[in-house]
Amino acid sequence: MAELLRKTWAITKREFAAYFSTPLATVFLIIFVALTGAFAFYVGGFFERGQADLAPFFQYHPWLYLLLVPAVAMRLWAEERKSGTIELLMTLPISPWEAILGKFLAAWAFIGVALIATMPMWITVNLLGDPDNGVIVASYIGSFLMAGAFLAIGSCISALTKNQVIAFIVAATICFLLVMSGLELVLGSMRAWAPEFLISAISSLSFLSHFDRITKGVVQLSSIIFYVSLIVFALFANRVIVEMKKAD
Amino acid sequence: MAVLIEARELRKRFGAINAVDGISLAVTKGEVLGFLGPNGAGKSTTMKMLTGFLEPDSGSAWIGGISVADQPIIAKAKLGYMPEGAPAYGDMNTRRFLQFIAEVRGFDGAEANRRVEAAVEKAALQSVLDQKIDTLSKGFKRRVGMAQAILHDPQVLIMDEPTDGLDPNQKHHVRKLIAEMAKDKAIIVSTHILEEVEAVCSRAVIINKGRIVADGTAESLMRRLSYHGTVAMHVPSSRVEAVKKALLDFSAIASVETIGSANGKVRLQAAARDGAPAAPQLATLIRTRLIEAEEVVVQRGSLDEVFRQITTSDDGARHG
Repeated sequence: MAELLRKTWAITKREFAAYFSTPLATVFLIIFVALTGAFAFYVGGFFERGQADLAPFFQYHPWLYLLLVPAVAMRLWAEERKSGTIELLMTLPISPWEAILGKFLAAWAFIGVALIATMPMWITVNLLGDPDNGVIVASYIGSFLMAGAFLAIGSCISALTKNQVIAFIVAATICFLLVMSGLELVLGSMRAWAPEFLISAISSLSFLSHFDRITKGVVQLSSIIFYVSLIVFALFANRVIVEMKKAD
Repeated sequence: MAVLIEARELRKRFGAINAVDGISLAVTKGEVLGFLGPNGAGKSTTMKMLTGFLEPDSGSAWIGGISVADQPIIAKAKLGYMPEGAPAYGDMNTRRFLQFIAEVRGFDGAEANRRVEAAVEKAALQSVLDQKIDTLSKGFKRRVGMAQAILHDPQVLIMDEPTDGLDPNQKHHVRKLIAEMAKDKAIIVSTHILEEVEAVCSRAVIINKGRIVADGTAESLMRRLSYHGTVAMHVPSSRVEAVKKALLDFSAIASVETIGSANGKVRLQAAARDGAPAAPQLATLIRTRLIEAEEVVVQRGSLDEVFRQITTSDDGARHG
């Protein structure tokens, strides 16, 4: 077990450092912080609502993740296949799981850094009023879990192609569908013809419905299981795809 | 001798192409095997199966007595592999890259540093330690790939075209390195540069269309050439018939052929009986019979010719 963790850790460290080897990571962090702030203040009406909470801040996370997380995930395997280093990686004495997990954790940690960079919002709202910090903590955890689910899908798609742009577009499309499936806009159009169980099944697959509940302070086990199982499933698919495509 | 690398009936198909069609070979400790073949013959695919990167459709690969399919991690720990083109993480500098490899291979702390230092010294990378791999020249990149492969001092070393694209000095360095490591490892080097086989390999295997078509030392492969060991000589055209007769009178000479003529001189080729070298007998003959030969050359042939002969010969419609 310790051995497995050590090798995974070695890969995580390498991948995490790789994000910061170009200015891209910094640019990404700035965009993320600026956009979450801008959405909270200008679209969400952070001040106008007159409430000391971070609901308008978290509300837009799924939409931001839609584009930003596939951008973080796209290089994970596509780059490895393009440069041929996958042959090096997969002939080192590690299991495919260690590679997949190591990469995923590095990207997830990177998103974690981005979330930590938004902490001034939290401090601000505490200075202005008396928010329910429990809800905020739950929302941060929910947001991080949701990002993990987006990321696992992105990582899986990244293994399908050598082209990072394609990896980005396909992953963003899939994530878009998973977010949209919770919108009334989509569900309403189906109510006319689809049976109720199908609609609730589709809605329960949505990132939005689960995340909405968490940001309202309702942390259900089912929501956590939803995100975690999605991550596990996507990483399993990732493993299968890596095995299938590594030599192409 | 301990067999450290073994392939048993390896087969791999890609769609309609039989990339590797039943390759079996064994490499013992101390051997450097040159793996030759035209492009697309299946060299890289065979190496990828030996190193566990690709799963064979059938057959098995063994590294240091361990089945690559059953215990991949143990087998890979015994193996140093430099894939074609020596891929490495270009965003890292040489030092960090080698430290990463050391860490993944299970070395840490002082031991990791010692290993990295030793590999750096062997591959002569001191001057580029803090340079990003992306910015290195081809020769240095190749050496980083080698350093990575020998970092854990593996029993088995497999390198896919280690000298491809290097200048003569760099090639010399790489070959010297291979020769130095040869005595306590089993090494496979693929190449299409045939001089390399004579320079570093104790044995050569030529594959074509996914099958082994020749296996032996460079010398034994060259003996396959019909003119190996024959003697060619230039004589004035006026003396051709006399010389031919003189040669054929000599019992050790089996045949004399005219193989060309230019500028009033004829080129004759004499072969001794039973494929024995013709030179010693002819030397005596030339001296005692006063044959007026202007130039006398022992023909060895080259691996290039063996290679062409073997890999272009029509071997039927086996692959449709």
